[in-house]
Amino acid sequence: MNTTMDHNELMLEYASGALPEGPSLIVASKLALDEDARSEYRNIEAIAGALFEDLEPEAVSGDLLDATLARLDSDDQAVPMPAPVQHDAATRDIIPHPLRQYLPADLDGLSWTARSNGLEQCEVPLANSGYKASLLRIKAGEKMPRHTHKGSEYTLVLKGGFSDSSGHYGRGDMAVCDGSVDHSPVADAGEDCICLTVLDAPIRMTGLIGRFVNPFVRF
Amino acid sequence: MTSVALESSLSGPATIRNRLGTQRTMQEKTPTSNELEALVERVASSRDKQAFASLFDHFAPRLKSFMLRGGADPETAEEISQEAMIIVWNKAAQYDRSKAALSTWIFTIARNKRIDMLRREMRPSIEPENYPVADQDPPADSKVEQDEAAVVLRSRIKDLPDEQREVLQLAFFEDKSHGVISEELGLPLGTVKSRIRLALGRLRGNLGDLQP
Repeated sequence: MNTTMDHNELMLEYASGALPEGPSLIVASKLALDEDARSEYRNIEAIAGALFEDLEPEAVSGDLLDATLARLDSDDQAVPMPAPVQHDAATRDIIPHPLRQYLPADLDGLSWTARSNGLEQCEVPLANSGYKASLLRIKAGEKMPRHTHKGSEYTLVLKGGFSDSSGHYGRGDMAVCDGSVDHSPVADAGEDCICLTVLDAPIRMTGLIGRFVNPFVRF
Repeated sequence: MTSVALESSLSGPATIRNRLGTQRTMQEKTPTSNELEALVERVASSRDKQAFASLFDHFAPRLKSFMLRGGADPETAEEISQEAMIIVWNKAAQYDRSKAALSTWIFTIARNKRIDMLRREMRPSIEPENYPVADQDPPADSKVEQDEAAVVLRSRIKDLPDEQREVLQLAFFEDKSHGVISEELGLPLGTVKSRIRLALGRLRGNLGDLQP
């Protein structure tokens, strides 16, 4: 469920631009944290570039060049961008740049909602629908409610780490789970864990407690 | 500088043009990647419109092809191609030939423009200048390596089985998820994924290793 090859396929979909915003946020954030993945990603983009060079050219209208040349001087490229939020040093250390742009405040200033013992959640607003992105903060050593997934669940560790039946995940590690996975991750002892999760369908609580806690289902 | 009767660095009268409507003919010879990169550097250093026009002649028809494959109508395909070429003009100074092939750089510009204009979606992106891939070697060497890797890559693409090349082209240019590609080809998703996997394996395998 979570092999290097899955990661490469995700990176390919991200490189092509076909990957939707939610999972793209996971992939971009992972690339920002993981130099090896970045190097793999450059290879994938290089393949895209070489295939692009080989595309059968389609003749363009005779006046397209002149129209383009005419715009070079007049085109005012300086579109003022809204000033980004200046995050504090602690937030900058933990949250990679692509994700920071989505955060309206510092980590401590976000509106966290307690979901269960030791688990807090904060929604990350996406511009496009279809996915739900959240930051999760799990107290050191806490176990998350056991759950399965109807669709896909993408998780990227930003701070600390967690373990589930498939192994251990630390900062920069990404887990992709689908409906076949029924797991209850446990945060590492000694350090709180912060993750970015992106869901494309409600998760289903399978444990007894989960039915009452049900942290993610409503959206 | 006006663009009337610009002379091209690329040989032949075929590339002489002006803005007033003189008939242009297409270049007969495909410029090499080194020639194309030199053109971008002229655009960056001296805002050279004639160099830009030569780049346009080479890339605009490929950009249009890319956009048509992504489902754009011909008019929109040209509009996005034009926008992408204007970004090439504006950002030419940011192109670093030791980091990526020119076709790769222009592909990424076009992809982003397509998401912007066709899908109107947000795409979280990594900014290469913030997250460089560490160079193991000095820039001079890395340019040479870059060139050699590009040559190896192109020969490996030529050697790909047709079915693998087809799936890769669909995956990169048609703006479709692997699931949609499998539906359209009438193939199980597993087959599409394994073709992509095999193709990536062949192409990526030791790109640094120069044995083709």
